[in-house]
Order: sequence, then C-alpha cells, then structure tokens
Amino acid sequence: MSATVPAIEVPRTISSQRRTKDRIFSIALWASVVIALIPLLLIVYRVVRLGLAAVSVSLFAHTALPANMAGGGMKQAFLGTAMIVGIAIVISVPLGVLTGIYLSEYGSGRIASVVRFTAEILLSIPSIVAGAFIWALVVVALGSFSGLAAGVALTVIMWPIMARATEEVLRLVPTELREGGLALGYPRWRVIMRVVLPTAGAGVLTAIMLAVARGLGETAPVLLTALGNDFVNTNPMKPTDAVPLRVYNYVQSAYPAWRALAWGGALMLLLGVLVLSVTARMLSIRQQRRMR
Amino acid sequence: MVVSVGLVVMLALLLWVLADGGWRAIREFGLHFIIGRDWNPVSGRESYGALPFIFGTAVTSLIAMVLAMPIGVGVALFLNESGSAWIKNPLAVLVDLLAAIPSVVYGIWGLFVLVPLFDHTVQPWMSASIGKVPIIGDLFTFNGPGGDIFTAGVILAIMILPIVTAVTREVVSVVSSETREGAMALGATRYETIRLGVLPTARPGIIGAGMLGLGRALGETIAVALVIGNSTRITASLFNPGYTIPAVIANEFREATSAGVHRSALLFLALLLVLIALGMATVSRLLVRRTTRLLGGDVAAQEEAATSTLGMA
Repeated sequence: MSATVPAIEVPRTISSQRRTKDRIFSIALWASVVIALIPLLLIVYRVVRLGLAAVSVSLFAHTALPANMAGGGMKQAFLGTAMIVGIAIVISVPLGVLTGIYLSEYGSGRIASVVRFTAEILLSIPSIVAGAFIWALVVVALGSFSGLAAGVALTVIMWPIMARATEEVLRLVPTELREGGLALGYPRWRVIMRVVLPTAGAGVLTAIMLAVARGLGETAPVLLTALGNDFVNTNPMKPTDAVPLRVYNYVQSAYPAWRALAWGGALMLLLGVLVLSVTARMLSIRQQRRMR
Repeated sequence: MVVSVGLVVMLALLLWVLADGGWRAIREFGLHFIIGRDWNPVSGRESYGALPFIFGTAVTSLIAMVLAMPIGVGVALFLNESGSAWIKNPLAVLVDLLAAIPSVVYGIWGLFVLVPLFDHTVQPWMSASIGKVPIIGDLFTFNGPGGDIFTAGVILAIMILPIVTAVTREVVSVVSSETREGAMALGATRYETIRLGVLPTARPGIIGAGMLGLGRALGETIAVALVIGNSTRITASLFNPGYTIPAVIANEFREATSAGVHRSALLFLALLLVLIALGMATVSRLLVRRTTRLLGGDVAAQEEAATSTLGMA
C-alpha cells in the first residue's frame, strides 16, 4: 500500500537556522528568569547580613538614644506597628470577609459586579493616595496625626485585598454542599455560617494573612497619618511610630548607629512579611488540594 | 450587601475628598499647575507648577516598564511554556516573593547598595559608551554621584516585575492548547509556536499586563523617594536627580497640614495620581478580560490565576 503513495520529500531535520533561533529563544527565557531572581537574592542577602548585625535585645527593649550613640532601639515602633495593624485588622476583617461572602454567595447581580470591579481597581490605588485621603479626611478633622488614622488608611488598602481573596476561596467550596444544606431546610445565612465558612476555614485565614502582610509593610500611608513618634505611645488618638516609618527616617539620617538600626528594622519587616506570605501560600495550596 | 456597597462608597468618597481638597489649587493656578516648572511652597512666594513631578513620574515609570516588560514576559513564558513542574512551582513562588517585599526595604537596599553601585560602575561606564552616541547620548551624561532618575527606574522595574509576570501568565495560560498543539503539529519549533501562535493571540492581555505594571510604578512612593535625589530641575540626562508626584506628597505633607494652597496642591497631585492609576487599571483589566474571554479559556483556571495574582500583589 505504501508503494502507491507518491513519495513526498519530508525533511527529517529542522533547518539549522530555525534550530538556532529556537535555541537562542530558550536561552533568553532562562536568562530572564535568572535576571528576575538576582535582585531577590541580593536584597535578601544584604538585608539579612546587615540586619542580623543590628538585631539585639535592645532593638526591641529600648527607644532611640541621642543621635550618634551606638545601641538603642525602636521599641516604640514595634508597639506602634502592633497597634496600627491591630486597629486595621479589627476594622478591615469584618468588612473584607463580609464583602467576600457577599461577592461569592450573592454575587451574580449587577450591584455585585460593580462591587467586584471596584474591589479590583482599588487594588491598584497607589498606597500614598490612601494616605493622602485619610490625611485630608481624618487627620485634618481630628487636628492630630494618630494611630487610629493610620489604621483607617491601612483599611483602605486591606479591605479590597481581603474581599477578593475571600471571594476566591469561598468559590472553591463545592456547590453540592450548599445545595445539601438548603435541601435540609436551612436558611441561606445558616448554610453560609454552618457549611460554607467551616469548609473554607483556613482559606479565609489565608485571605486575612495576605492582607495583613501587605498592611504590615506599608510605609507611605502610615507616614501621612501616624507621622511617627520617638517615644512609646499607647493612645490611638496621638501620633504613633511604626517600624517601616522608623526605618524610612533612619535610612535618611547621617548617623551610622541609626542606619544600623534601620537595617535591623528592615530585617524584621522582611521576616514578618515573608513568613505571613509563605504561610498563606502553603495553606492555600493545601486547601486547594483538599477541595479537589 | 450594605457592607459591600461600602467599598464603592469608599472609592467615591476618596475621589470626592481629593477633588474637593485640590479644587483650590486648580482654581488659583489653573493650567500653570500642570505645565509650570516652579514649585515653591514658601509662604509669600508661593508658586505651584507641578511639571517636574509629572515629568519625573512619567520618565521613571517608563524606564521601569521598558526594563520589566521583556523580562516579565520572558519569565511568564518560561513558567507556562517550558520547564517541568518541580522547577516551575518554586520559581513562581520566588518571583511572587518580590511583590511581598515592603517598599521601604527596596528603598534601603536601593539607597545603600544600588545607588553606590550605579555611581561607581554602571553609570560612568554607560556614560562613556552610549553617552558618546549623538542625539541619545545626552540622556546618559554622568554628572556625579547621588540618587537619580535611572536608578529609581531600575528599582521600580524590579518592583513591578511580579505583577507583569503574574498577569502575563494569566493571559498566556488561557491560549487554548489547540492553538499550541496545532502549531506543534505543523512542525513549528517551540520558538515558532510561541512567536506565531501564543503571542499574537495573547497580545492585548500582555499590553494590559504592562499597563497594570505602569500604574503600579506611577504610584510607588517610598523606594523612589529614597533613591531619586529629589530635585525639581528638569534635565535631559537620566543620570541626574529628579522628583516624582508620590515623593513630593510624602516629603511635604508635614508642612502643609494647616489649611492653605500648599495642602490643596498636594491633594490635587494625589487626585491626578489616582485618576491615572485607576484609568490604567481599568483599561488593563478590560484588555485582560477581553483576551481571556475571547479565548474562551477554562473559567476556573482563570479564577485561580486571578487569585494568585491577587494574593501576592
């Protein structure tokens, strides 16, 4: 049979020019990955090396010493960050999780698509704009920079992140489970409370962690609203310090001791943010495996 | 639902507060605000021309995009089209980690590591080589050490790389496997498959990825404020210091807390920034959505890609 088919000259090899192009292309892709990872390695290496040199008990236990004296710390900044991020969590978790539930469970109508789109573009708002907004709205109205204002500014950033991330994890919950609950005669809200949320469980936590990781490292909005403080402040209505803020200020100082502290603060920030992000990431991978 | 609509209300309130606050500056200075070069908040001699900031923001963001686009698309293609899972997944996580690093950490690294490095080696070298080329040479004249526009652009490029990569991956992953297999079946090499099959189909979405990156770069504050040198002079060389809109807001808000034109001017700059950023985000979102829908990709896969974009960005 094969004898009747006219012989067609099928080139068995790809011309060397095409092969070379393909080779060059592969190398270019590899190169771009390498180039992308170099800064990550350099940054982490430098921050860890110089940061470790600055980490000591006094970094956490003391406030700043007069300018050019070695030692001292940024205790007030750690406490301030805890307060500001705490306020932001208290406000944004209910808002973000409820919005996520709405988008996932009731989110097929027109209003929902407007909300979803708003959340999406709010993710792209420059963080300094969130700061300027709360500065004009809260700081000017209250007449003082404050930890509260900073918490609100971080809420502007964390709310949409949490809303979208919560929506995504709730969507992973199989529809059959919801239908089962409804078939048993549960009202919708009870199905959400008793079936959907417990099933998503860790997923919602992941959404919260991602938003907190983002809020923790933000400098610009906190700068415009909390201002900073050289001393420990526990009053949410007064100017408050924060770690990113203190690092930003010390980076610009002329004193080696303060610059060293800045690296210590930077290391703590990097550590906090990376631990949160990586844990969230691992939780969500496990969650997705369990759902399938 | 009430809570959710609050999100929309918040965005509206944000725009209104900034517009209301910035109104006075635009009324007093009008067009001069956009095209004027003299920015002087000293009371009595006040003048607000924001061109140096607009110029600096545009140039740094463009440098960032020019550098980040090819690398970001390259990484995305690598992660989607080649390599095996055991190397791809950890690499994807690592690239995403770049997005998690706080901007003040980029700033401290930029100021103490990148600026000296560029001052001592990269810029004198570029100045001595490309700087000699007529016409474009002026862009690369080296005038001494210190922060500059070019360094700020490079930092921004590193910072927007993850978002460009993530969105490009989202788009490329929905180019249907038929396109891919078809091209392969015709005997195309991997390069030809991507060049002739994948990239043309995904092009609008990739442009969208670039715009989203540009929008991010425009609004980045702290890292840029630390490395750009903060100078309101507009010069031809990229190796000279400049200034950006977010940086001036961060540096001057303290003096502008009392009601006045200065505060109004800063709020107007913030409004300008948010309008551009939202415009970019909207167009980019529409482009990406159109591409993914056009290709009729698997909706679940898209949603998942969107989560990972969201998660780290």
